[in-house]
Amino acid sequence: MKRVFVNEKWCLGCHLCEYNCAFANSGLDNMAKALKDKKIYPRIRIEGDENINYAVSCRHCTDPMCVKSCITGALSIEDGVITISQDKCVGCLTCILVCPYGCISQNENSVAQKCELCLKNSAGEPACVKGCPNNAIVYEER
Amino acid sequence: MTKYVIIGNSTAAAGCIEGIRSVDEKGEITVISGENHFVYSRPLISYYLEEKTDLQRMKYRPDDFYEKNNCKVLYGVMATKIDKENKKVYLDNGEEISFDKLMIATGSSPFVPPFKGLDTVENKFSFMTIDDALAIEKKINKDSKVLIVGAGLIGLKCAEGLLEKVKKITVCDLADRVLSSIFDNECAKIMQAHLEEKGIEFLLGDSAEEFLGNTAKMMSGKTVEYDVLILAVGVRANILMAKEIDIKTNRGILVDTKMQTSAKNIYAAGDCTEYLDYSSNTQKVMAILPNAYLQGLNAGKNMAGEQSDFDNAIPMNSIGFFGLHAMSAGSYYDEKDGGKCYIEKGEKHIKKLFVKDGVLTGFIIIGDVSKAGIYTNLIRNKTQLSEIDFEMIKESPTLFAFSKENRGKMLGGVV
Repeated sequence: MKRVFVNEKWCLGCHLCEYNCAFANSGLDNMAKALKDKKIYPRIRIEGDENINYAVSCRHCTDPMCVKSCITGALSIEDGVITISQDKCVGCLTCILVCPYGCISQNENSVAQKCELCLKNSAGEPACVKGCPNNAIVYEER
Repeated sequence: MTKYVIIGNSTAAAGCIEGIRSVDEKGEITVISGENHFVYSRPLISYYLEEKTDLQRMKYRPDDFYEKNNCKVLYGVMATKIDKENKKVYLDNGEEISFDKLMIATGSSPFVPPFKGLDTVENKFSFMTIDDALAIEKKINKDSKVLIVGAGLIGLKCAEGLLEKVKKITVCDLADRVLSSIFDNECAKIMQAHLEEKGIEFLLGDSAEEFLGNTAKMMSGKTVEYDVLILAVGVRANILMAKEIDIKTNRGILVDTKMQTSAKNIYAAGDCTEYLDYSSNTQKVMAILPNAYLQGLNAGKNMAGEQSDFDNAIPMNSIGFFGLHAMSAGSYYDEKDGGKCYIEKGEKHIKKLFVKDGVLTGFIIIGDVSKAGIYTNLIRNKTQLSEIDFEMIKESPTLFAFSKENRGKMLGGVV
């Protein structure tokens, strides 16, 4: 299965992936409308310091603790993609308690959100990858 | 064809079904469900009262779960006795079922101390099952005064679920702090203050001495008026059926890392069990949902013939009240136990990291809980803190605290 990977050597730490992610998942077709003057809730996050940066998003583990620990059954694996039903999620955040990578966060409605590889939104392919100016984030099989 | 019988139909049972089916597609699975409900998430009953979920969304698995996994579910039927020699389970409807492999997932029951005058209380409830929540829902209105006995996870989630719907909620507990199973004093105070700010009243270090109809006479001499009484003192593992046939039990049914009991072909999982806490290396009842699933899954695999161990279970909790989140995991060792505690404190925020013998053994966080799973993973893996930048990770959980090589491994790629 194709997943999102980051190459630390190429990541500039520009945070564009975070904005592209937030926009792709906003449900809106205008980036300014979606993001301007708003707190963004990206599902990918840049970590690092002034010298080294890299983006972290869901690893889509084959043996995911988040899915196994979810108290509602909102998290499931669909064709290898770890998917969340935000309608079912009550925001208990047990998934955040168990994700070893820190890849699940709370959205603006206080329920859990995570990278679903843009398969459920209109981007259709990971927006973080598509918009990465230095090709530091890739979508591939490994 | 192997005959599997599962006593119980909650989280551990669902895990067991999935575990069996990951190995054995053909075996016959029968689920004995005391409750007349499709498998649902018990902790959601407070969210149900709060209207953050509904009966459909509370289902722990999709509607076609049993069908897809080819299970027979006997609803509204209780197992009464196990015959381990003849491999049979007796049911309260007079029938019996034979098994090759048995799973005991009987859960726990509310513990109700013998309070004086409890029989004079008309509207008294436990808060454990969906039927409890539905019954409470019928008895409350905007003028109701509710007394909740027990300031633990169950009692306080119940208080949260009810607060907007009733006039007044009082919570009492014999313990001198709220959530005593997961918090120390300092952390408990922060959460208590937050709950009081939202309107919940507390009587701590105090409990009911006697109930007289709609009045509770407290040990402190105070009286509390109520229309609805909720008893959330604690729960006890349902171990009787196992104990009767000499399966080893303590406070729970003792299981090994394969979820095998002391009896051949009989497994147990979930709230009814006592099992190894990897963070403290002691046997414990850790009645928490994720572990129930993980145990059930593991048991199912073993029942179906695969060798599988669940050997790094730890106690852990994620719980929020009115938007303030709290997480805890592992074991807390302070200096007298040979540990060291790192504390970070702010307004409505506290973080305590407990370190012993060079590894993180536990933590409590209230407030900003983001990425806390990175801490949990340190506990579960017993990661030597000397191998990571502990000063950095203390401040905030980040993969940046790991070596470049390990980070590369974690993120699955070239670095």
